Amino acid sequence: MAIVELRGINFIYNKGTPYETHALKDVDLCVNEGEITGLIGPTGSGKSTLVQLINGILKPTDGDVILDGVNIWEQPKKIREARFKAGVVMQYPEYQLFADTVRDDIAFGPKNMGLGEEEINERVEKAASFAGLDPSVMSRSPFDLSGGQKRRAALAGVIAMEPKVLILDEPAAGLDPGGRAEVLGGLKKYQRTVGSSIIIVSHSMEDMANYCDRIVVMTDGKIVMTGTPSQIFARYNDLIGLGLDVPRVTRVAAALSRRGIDLGEVYTVGYAVEKLSELL
Amino acid sequence: MKMDIAFGQYCHGDSVLHRLDPRVKIVTAIVFIVEIFLAKSAASFALIVAATVLLLALSGISPRIILRGIRPIVFVILFTAVINIFFVRGEKPLVEFWVIKIYPEGLINAAFIAIRIIVLIVSTSLFLTYTTTPIALTDGLEQLLSPLSKIKLPVHEFSMMMTIALRFIPTLIEETEKIMNAQKARGADFSTGGLIKRARALIPIMIPLFVSAFRRADELATAMECRCYTGGKGRTRLNVLKAGPADLIFALCVVALGAAVVLLNIYVPFFKVGIY
Repeated sequence: MAIVELRGINFIYNKGTPYETHALKDVDLCVNEGEITGLIGPTGSGKSTLVQLINGILKPTDGDVILDGVNIWEQPKKIREARFKAGVVMQYPEYQLFADTVRDDIAFGPKNMGLGEEEINERVEKAASFAGLDPSVMSRSPFDLSGGQKRRAALAGVIAMEPKVLILDEPAAGLDPGGRAEVLGGLKKYQRTVGSSIIIVSHSMEDMANYCDRIVVMTDGKIVMTGTPSQIFARYNDLIGLGLDVPRVTRVAAALSRRGIDLGEVYTVGYAVEKLSELL
Repeated sequence: MKMDIAFGQYCHGDSVLHRLDPRVKIVTAIVFIVEIFLAKSAASFALIVAATVLLLALSGISPRIILRGIRPIVFVILFTAVINIFFVRGEKPLVEFWVIKIYPEGLINAAFIAIRIIVLIVSTSLFLTYTTTPIALTDGLEQLLSPLSKIKLPVHEFSMMMTIALRFIPTLIEETEKIMNAQKARGADFSTGGLIKRARALIPIMIPLFVSAFRRADELATAMECRCYTGGKGRTRLNVLKAGPADLIFALCVVALGAAVVLLNIYVPFFKVGIY
């Protein structure tokens, strides 16, 4: 079942001015419930715009956004409902921290939902543990944390709203490899436990290959490919042509197959290791 | 919320007006303002309006942009015009109705005042904001005020502060929008509730904004120090301002305009305006 459905979306920034930009062109997209969907594309391809359309931060110039079976712009007054159903973690979310303590900051979303105190506390603890936050930091000021911890606190702030679909714009940007794996691994664990849907925007092909069930490729405001990671990465040359890349290990496999060692379709390091040990 | 501020709205172009020395533009703008206030008769007003239209043509800026700049002050113009129509007394009323008496002098005054405000806004923005980059403007201002550094006023430091402030306005606006969107995504509500509730709703925006502004200031200071910035002393410029023949001609034209306005006031005194 589709949790998010975009139908014929067009989005134009600064319409009617000399700065007019057509950011999305006739985009149709279906995001299945319970899946991790990856959104990739070069800079300026409209990924972030797409993300902000799903929770109603931006209103499409044309077309419908259907979230959990409801057209979100049917009743513009109830747009906040869409924000709670589709939790968006923006790029560099650590800059949105503001409260006195990490706990208060995570509670900001649930409080806006009008939940009771007990439920808020319960959700805050749960979200913090999914995001991998140590209980000892909860009563500290968010401004005292390290970069990686700030990122996790911001992530927990959105997870605590328990959205039906969690949308992350470059969740691992600027983190070191260890932090990357922890944040993304935590998301995967969260998705398996809660069963909610996740959309991840990323530039990293490795992350896409490792964590996503389905991949959507965008360029120039249009969706050009959708499919499972193996379907997408099989189109090696098309991706390169779009100015994108494939996982490094896939490149290695392709080079090996040119030299006569065929590993088949390889896009994660783990799978490559398995295949190679078979050959040895 | 869409933030659209007209402040420092430089319109890129390569017209005569764009190329003038910013110092000349600042000085002639002040002279032009004085001339607008010197104009006291129909003929001199017509000359001022003609000069403004000529400026507009010289600048190559679309009249639509100019109209957009006037829109926010339409209310002020109407308000002063209406006050003039009803409150200026003359000799023979044109219309008399109950306590309302409208005199021809009132109508003339209203028209002139409206023209004066419009010309004032249009000409200053043509001289300065539309055709001069904020950086060139502060540069020009710094050099004009540089004699003040003789009496130990930190002119260079002030102009550097102004340049930096202007430079960071768009950055901060962008940042505000980003933070607002992030808080909206967490269900923050900025548009309902009473005054106190709305003011409280701004806290989640103001705190991150201040934090990041201070962080930026700190980073900028470090970057400047890395490049050995130590203030104005002994600092040379990349673009040295040089006034050319065009600047001289332009300045002379503006001065000549002033003389013409004064002469027209004296010799062609039709529809002379009263005191206001």
